[in-house]
Amino acid sequence: MSVAPMIRIQAEDFDTSAEIARLTSGRGDVGAVVTFSGLCRDEAGTLAALEIEHYPGMAEAEIGRIAVQACERWPLTGLTAVHRFGRILPGQNIVLVVAASAHRQAAFEAAHFLMDYLKSRAPFWKKEHRIDGSTGEWVEAKESDEEAAARWR
Amino acid sequence: MTRLIYFAWIRERIGKLEEEVELPSDVTTVSDLLQWLRGRGEGYEAALQQPKIIRVAINQEHVEHREPIAGAREIALFPPMTGG
Repeated sequence: MSVAPMIRIQAEDFDTSAEIARLTSGRGDVGAVVTFSGLCRDEAGTLAALEIEHYPGMAEAEIGRIAVQACERWPLTGLTAVHRFGRILPGQNIVLVVAASAHRQAAFEAAHFLMDYLKSRAPFWKKEHRIDGSTGEWVEAKESDEEAAARWR
Repeated sequence: MTRLIYFAWIRERIGKLEEEVELPSDVTTVSDLLQWLRGRGEGYEAALQQPKIIRVAINQEHVEHREPIAGAREIALFPPMTGG
């Protein structure tokens, strides 16, 4: 029986160490925890902020579907994904994945799989706000993100 | 009635977050819907001029353009996703 993943979509920041502790405290069967944090880049000093739009309801559902696949594919003891929306400044957190397992390989692979699928399937869009005051463009999807997800099929 | 929801630059170009529409009976697939919407005005045409790149979800699940839309309560149109 696979574990139930925890998925949260929120405007607030998250606390990575608290999320790790949630999957490890009070138990002795977890031998490996892999975390991935995605942060907002300043694009060589030109970016003031990212504005992240999402599809409420589907965002949770889609990441949930991907996370359930990860839990079925690897022997995990816990899996958490948190994605923020709203205005995010350079250096701030955007996304967190925490995968826990008895051994490292499952934790590494599950975290990688979840991120690769999330990039191309979770309904989020980023718009750039520039330092010069202009509202820049919507960030364009990368072909390489699609290819990254396809590798797991 | 079917609820249509738009996101990111599709929302901006159409100029609406969402709307309720009565779909003609000959609009049966996602492709038909995109084609029909393009005829509804300049904003729609600007948003949907490259239908191939438009992503669509029916009742909050991704669908291909060839899929039928019968029974859809909520259809969302959006650009390729850029989360993470």
